Amino acid sequence: MATLNVLILVCLGYVVLLFGVAFAADRLAATGRSTWLRTPFVYTLSLSIYCTAWTFYGAVGYAARSGLEFVTIYLGPTLIMISWWWGLRKLVRVGRSQRVTSIADLISSRYGKSNILAICVTILAVLGVTPYIALQLQSITLSFSIFAEADPSGIYHEGTSVFWVAAGLAVFAILFGTRNLDANERHHGVVTAIAIEAVVKLIALLAVGIFVVWGIAGGVGPIMERIDASEIGRWNVHRGRWAAITFLSAAAFVCLPRMFQVMVVENDDERHLRTAAWAFPLYLLLMSLFVVPIAVVGLDLMPEGSNPDLFVLTIPLALGNDWLAMLSFIGGFSSATSMVIVAAMALSTMVSNHIVMPIWLSAQGRRASMSGDVRDIVLLSRRISIAVIMALGIVYFRLSGGGAALAAIGLIAFAGIAQILPALVGGLFWRGATRTGALIGLTVGFGLWIYTLLLPGMGGALMPASVLENGPLGLGWLRPQALFGIEGIDPMVHSVMWSLSLNAAAFCIASLVSFPSPLERLQGAQFVNVFDHSAGPRGWTGSVAQSEDLMIMTQRILGAAEAHVFFQAEAERQGGRGYLPEPTPAFLESLERELSGSVGAATAHAMIGQIVGGSSVSVEDLLAVADESAQLLEYSGQLETKSAELARTARKLREANEKLTQISMQKDAFLSQVSHELRTPMTSIRAFSEIMRDTEGLTAQERTRYAAIIHDEALRLTRLLDDLLDLSVLENGQVNLNMGDGNLQDVLDRAVSTAMAGSDRPLRVRRNRASERIPLHTDLDRLGQVFINLIANAQKYCDAPDPVLTISVHDVGGQAVVDFIDNGSGVPPEAQSMVFEKFARVGSDKAGGAGLGLAICREIMQRLNGEVSYLAGQGGGAFRISLPLAYKQAAQ
Amino acid sequence: MSRKVLLIEDEPNITEAIRFLLTREGWHVETHAEGSDAFELIMASRPDLLILDVMLPGKSGMDILRELREQEDTRKLPVLMLTARGQLRDREMAEKAGVSRFMTKPFSNTEVVTAVRDLHAQASKA
Amino acid sequence: MTEKRNPEVEPAVSPPAVFLERHSYRRRRLADAARLLPIIGAGLFAIPLLWPAGPGEAEPVPMSSAIIYIFFWWAALIVASAGFGIAAKRLPPREVNDPESEKWPR
Repeated sequence: MATLNVLILVCLGYVVLLFGVAFAADRLAATGRSTWLRTPFVYTLSLSIYCTAWTFYGAVGYAARSGLEFVTIYLGPTLIMISWWWGLRKLVRVGRSQRVTSIADLISSRYGKSNILAICVTILAVLGVTPYIALQLQSITLSFSIFAEADPSGIYHEGTSVFWVAAGLAVFAILFGTRNLDANERHHGVVTAIAIEAVVKLIALLAVGIFVVWGIAGGVGPIMERIDASEIGRWNVHRGRWAAITFLSAAAFVCLPRMFQVMVVENDDERHLRTAAWAFPLYLLLMSLFVVPIAVVGLDLMPEGSNPDLFVLTIPLALGNDWLAMLSFIGGFSSATSMVIVAAMALSTMVSNHIVMPIWLSAQGRRASMSGDVRDIVLLSRRISIAVIMALGIVYFRLSGGGAALAAIGLIAFAGIAQILPALVGGLFWRGATRTGALIGLTVGFGLWIYTLLLPGMGGALMPASVLENGPLGLGWLRPQALFGIEGIDPMVHSVMWSLSLNAAAFCIASLVSFPSPLERLQGAQFVNVFDHSAGPRGWTGSVAQSEDLMIMTQRILGAAEAHVFFQAEAERQGGRGYLPEPTPAFLESLERELSGSVGAATAHAMIGQIVGGSSVSVEDLLAVADESAQLLEYSGQLETKSAELARTARKLREANEKLTQISMQKDAFLSQVSHELRTPMTSIRAFSEIMRDTEGLTAQERTRYAAIIHDEALRLTRLLDDLLDLSVLENGQVNLNMGDGNLQDVLDRAVSTAMAGSDRPLRVRRNRASERIPLHTDLDRLGQVFINLIANAQKYCDAPDPVLTISVHDVGGQAVVDFIDNGSGVPPEAQSMVFEKFARVGSDKAGGAGLGLAICREIMQRLNGEVSYLAGQGGGAFRISLPLAYKQAAQ
Repeated sequence: MSRKVLLIEDEPNITEAIRFLLTREGWHVETHAEGSDAFELIMASRPDLLILDVMLPGKSGMDILRELREQEDTRKLPVLMLTARGQLRDREMAEKAGVSRFMTKPFSNTEVVTAVRDLHAQASKA
Repeated sequence: MTEKRNPEVEPAVSPPAVFLERHSYRRRRLADAARLLPIIGAGLFAIPLLWPAGPGEAEPVPMSSAIIYIFFWWAALIVASAGFGIAAKRLPPREVNDPESEKWPR
């Protein structure tokens, strides 16, 4: 006998295997080597989450109670799949072209991106799916309890096992369903895991079936006889239910959030549908094939009163085939877990996108669009949603007591979810369908479903028996199971008939009466004529896109760091030098994919469209921006950015203006200086030339002296004009550098001899010639000019009785540094910052210069990529020249 | 009694030219090239006429003039001001400060001599 | 339907166009049949509604026959659907109305 412990171990091992598979698939997908994950067969197998524990265990129970009626649950989806050309193809195309994340997103998107509609569908889905999740939890705990009964040593507690199962599933869904935000990026891990589970549950059910048919009954012939002889041996199907449930299962197959998730959202390639069109019905057929035989054999073998819902498990156990029982258990476990994981994922996307995020955004107010990371919030809200949905499942399980027949809950859930159908089909095929119509239809259908099916089904606690018997307030025609006095219909059929027909009628009438908004009409046209509009994936023409605007927007949604990484990577991929990539169509599409996970696909598309402009962005995209409140937030954020930009521009203008004023003042001062410097020598020249002209009796000595003065001053004027010209050329950057190779020592030699020649002032120059052997690659003449200027400066201004100029050379940090230090009193501290300014002169000594020498030095050194600076605190006038070394230049 | 003129000018060549011209006119010419201690020198030397450059090392001629005009005994001292910065603004400032005559460099020699003569005549008459 | 208009017929048609035309024609008939399939299926699965089931009616159909009927036609639908899928894949995707032509425009 398999002990409970072995069972738990096997279970855990299986879960670990699934984790491993999901993880590996995610890794494969991340590295781009996931092509085999995207085969049509994986897609088909992922659809098999339609077959939950309700199928695995419940179908047999259903058959044991009602004969072949169970098969309607699978005939409906079969018909939908083989008519894929009519409906599913369109649904998948719309879902992909509109980048829809859930059924609620699709409905809201079709009807003018109405969030109210999305909330309605979400609530409906949560109400409809929670019992379904409870059902799965129940099936797992029931199957556990079967083993627990058989294992007397085991200590089994139903409550804790439910909790642990739910917690484990929540963790799985959170780990693989909300790892990344982008709902358009498919969850390869989850899909692969559920594909494996699909195979496991099929094999398990087939194994039990084969065991029953050939192991117990002894072949096909005997089992057929046995079936005919059993209590369900005659065709006894309620006609209304046969038709209603076929229809209902077909509707639910399309509307169930989890089915939408795997069928549309996780769809990689539309062409997979073609394979799934026959492969999935085949899967359903195989799942149903042995249901009746198992039911019949179970009814024969098992004691009176045993639960037919668990025949799949109890028959092998009763016959001592432990391993088959174990396999069967794993199959049931697979059915339950895959459904719960995908359902929780799909629901959490809906809850977080349509309920939590809008609330959070409006609570945040303006800050939401300004501050960075919406992403974490979305992920967190999805994770919490998954946990809450699981908790709801547990609560429902506890409330319902886990006793009711499994199939009953399943059908009730189906009927609830099917209320989406009129809005969905109308939205896809009828352009006249409006938001008001969808809203009213949904409300009517939803209300009727609750009133006629959900509440009566929950028992006396929620709906008193008197209401059921006589109608509310004694109004007989309002009896929940006999509306308008029409009695005698099966409650299920009654509810489905009334709720769906009134739903559809209300939807149509309200649509005809109401008038759609422009956005609704545009979206309607896009949905209904999807094959005309979406020849392929919609492309962006990025010619007018503003990379910077995109960057700003992306930062706000993804967070600054993520956005930088994303843009940087793209810029590098494009091979550009800049920081911002070119807005190529490919880049825009990948950006949109990146954003759509955070703000919903349609929103992301509209946001990029708003910035990019261009022909591919349709009017509805722009309208979408204006229509959604979240978009209004974004809009005001952008306005704010714009006004901040304006303020920045104004500030820049002011600065530029100040600078211009300053430059103008500098120019005036400069002109005034130039005027002064020109007039001074001219004054002397004029005065002495007039003296020489007008004065009689000048001695020859006087005459010579005055002529010499005139000559000197004329030279001074020439020098000044030369310097001015030189400076202006240097400042305008028009100078052509005559780059050459040379040695610092040679340059210094020439400079010293030139400066000393023709000078009557004594100046001793002290050098360390050994340290001067430094190769240079520079304009040697210009550098020499700087040296001459500095030496001449020392000659002119060194006030020591025995003037000495020390020239020392070192190599500091890859630069040649030449210091000129004299032993005079130096430049007074208050004048040090001024020495390199034009016409800045210290002291009264006017010996020669016009005060432009150091300004010229500074300009030259800047051109030579070097620097000249005044060294304070050297005990004398001290200037430092630094310039790049030859080898550094060469390396550039 | 010899007439004394004090010339405060930092350009040695200009100083020499003016000294030559005024000496020939019969003036006793004293010269100085610093702005910073010019005021004290004027107070000590008591010239009959002052020729003042605007741009002087240490202290501007404009400031020296203002100080002179604040003193009782130098308020009437004839001051001929020379500047190489031929801007209108400088002339206005000088006139406000109480200059007797304002001249822009370069000047003609006769201009200077005539101005000195005029100023001395006015001062003597008063 | 648009059978009469053949997009393949162009002024300078060379002999292979005949084959293309035939392909195109086959393909259309195939698509028609594929579209009919769910309607046929719905009809077949509706037939059990006509079987006697109530207490006052004729002798009910045995369960084994019902199972055979339903599963046989179920399987037949699957085979037909698979056949259409495979056939559609073999024929060159040329037709304007075809979903494939959107992916591989001429």
